[in-house]
Amino acid sequence: MLTVWAILIDGFIYASWLFLVAAGLTVIYGVMRILNMAHGSLYALGAYAAASALGWYYGGGGDQLWLAFAIIAVSAILIGAVTGLAIERGLLRLMYGRDEILMLIITFAVLLILEDVMKLIWGTTPYFVWQPYAAMGRINIDVLTVSLYDISLMGLSIAIGVALWFWLERTHMGKILRSIIHDREVSEAMGVNVRRMFTITFMIGATLGAIAGGATSPIISVVPGIGIEVIVLAFAVVVTGGLGSIAGAAVGSVIVGLARAASVHTMPELELFIIYAVMAAVLIFRPHGLFGQAVARKI
Amino acid sequence: MKPERTELSLIGVAIAIAVMAQFSPDWLVFTLTLAISTALVVMGVVMLMRAGLVSFGQGLFYCLGGYAVGLGGRFLGITDALVLIALGVLVTVGIALVLGLLMTRYREIFFAMLSLAFSMILYGILVKSHGLGSTDGFGVTDWSVLGFTPGDGQATTTALMLALVLALAIALFLNRYFRSSLGLACEAIRENEVRVEYMGISHRKVLYINYVIAAAVGSVGGSLTALAAGHVDPTMAYWTVSGEFVFIAILGGTGHVAAPFIAALIFTLVRTYAVELAPNAWQMILGIVLLLIILFLPKGIWSLFERRRRATE
Repeated sequence: MLTVWAILIDGFIYASWLFLVAAGLTVIYGVMRILNMAHGSLYALGAYAAASALGWYYGGGGDQLWLAFAIIAVSAILIGAVTGLAIERGLLRLMYGRDEILMLIITFAVLLILEDVMKLIWGTTPYFVWQPYAAMGRINIDVLTVSLYDISLMGLSIAIGVALWFWLERTHMGKILRSIIHDREVSEAMGVNVRRMFTITFMIGATLGAIAGGATSPIISVVPGIGIEVIVLAFAVVVTGGLGSIAGAAVGSVIVGLARAASVHTMPELELFIIYAVMAAVLIFRPHGLFGQAVARKI
Repeated sequence: MKPERTELSLIGVAIAIAVMAQFSPDWLVFTLTLAISTALVVMGVVMLMRAGLVSFGQGLFYCLGGYAVGLGGRFLGITDALVLIALGVLVTVGIALVLGLLMTRYREIFFAMLSLAFSMILYGILVKSHGLGSTDGFGVTDWSVLGFTPGDGQATTTALMLALVLALAIALFLNRYFRSSLGLACEAIRENEVRVEYMGISHRKVLYINYVIAAAVGSVGGSLTALAAGHVDPTMAYWTVSGEFVFIAILGGTGHVAAPFIAALIFTLVRTYAVELAPNAWQMILGIVLLLIILFLPKGIWSLFERRRRATE
């Protein structure tokens, strides 16, 4: 019974982290039909920006927790929005209308470039900013100890999920975006400025990636290569749930999160294996993911 | 069948490299061997690209070939390199026959992602297998070819000769394959799959055969790398390695059977220097070159040769 509780708690904490990472990826794919491989780099950029800003804050003698959170948010949002804008305006804009698979390779090139840009800026030594994590403390649930930071991560994840749902389903811009998802050409003909919507969507998606990185930075050691590890996890989640669907990303996160937690607590040697095995298993029965829709083939 | 120009030049180049290798320093011979083995894996990526599929998981077969050599030498006591390579091909084909049934149902990014997932599954298993050295991998035992055991200082040259012979055989085969009805059907599928079906060709079957051959060729590349480098580790299956293969495939283009070899040679040589001169900018160079090729040379560097030939004609 204890193991079940541990699996559930760990699973949902991991799932909320996965959703944070995957949300931006699925938003960009949903609207723009670009599977952004550089999403992992945006995550890493957010983590680095937050880590160095927090390092500067705590190094100067700061100890206010809420200020630390504000610093994480501001630094991650800034770097995410700026990098997103630069990638979309500087590169992707020139490539619209090409194959989805070519866009995948183009964003792979962006990932390679950003990986080294980060090494040149921040070097290869790890950054540790454990202070916010330690400052939040822990609570005991029965005999299990859970960090409050992890719980607040869950809250952030839910907040972002709800905000995205509200943005897409209840606002004017969301309606326009849904019309683009439905039929790009017709909405363009109706006077929608698709290019501007693409820029906004990409910036928001990129910012979500950076926020995920910033929020994770107090838990991990920020080193080169974290983005490369994260992106395959995010892929596994969004492909399991169905590309381009927010609900799909949420369900995918929960499935993958619980599967991983179950494996960690019962068969730790299968930890990495299980994530991709879940994805493969879902794709075998639902080729377009749980919430994905099949597209008609062109003749 | 009369030998034609491409075949004669392939054989000519192979002989020229074999002769040149006798007078070359060891590091160059080693680099050449690595380039040839890499080119074989890339050939698999190119075969899939001709059918319109991009695999971000060709490292799966590369790794299987490598580990088959390592494990065969270590646990089965096989020392003959050719038997080890054949073992790798057998295992790989067995796995590809099963995976192919599934993979041929997918196109575009789904194919890319699913192939990536399968290679990451192998990576995940290997990283957790402590008996096999976990992330460190393990060394490949000494090997021989057809009874000839390379002595001190002969191993690198012998590996190159082995790689040359196998690569030549594969290149000659694929050169014919690309222009066979099966090979041409792949290109037709890339252009329009539904019309291919209307013509009475089973696209699943064509893609399936193509996938399995690509896997087998990739396995040979992995085996040769393991024999030349004397070491295997799980990174062979990591997805960034597969990403490099995609990079080389795009660099060379799908226009000719020799393109992957030229691209792989450029890649390996540039990497040898770049890693020493600018270790933190190597990936950046890769990324920028990749973007430049996609923008200005969408058919790869092979199109440069073709353009010139057309101009002279």
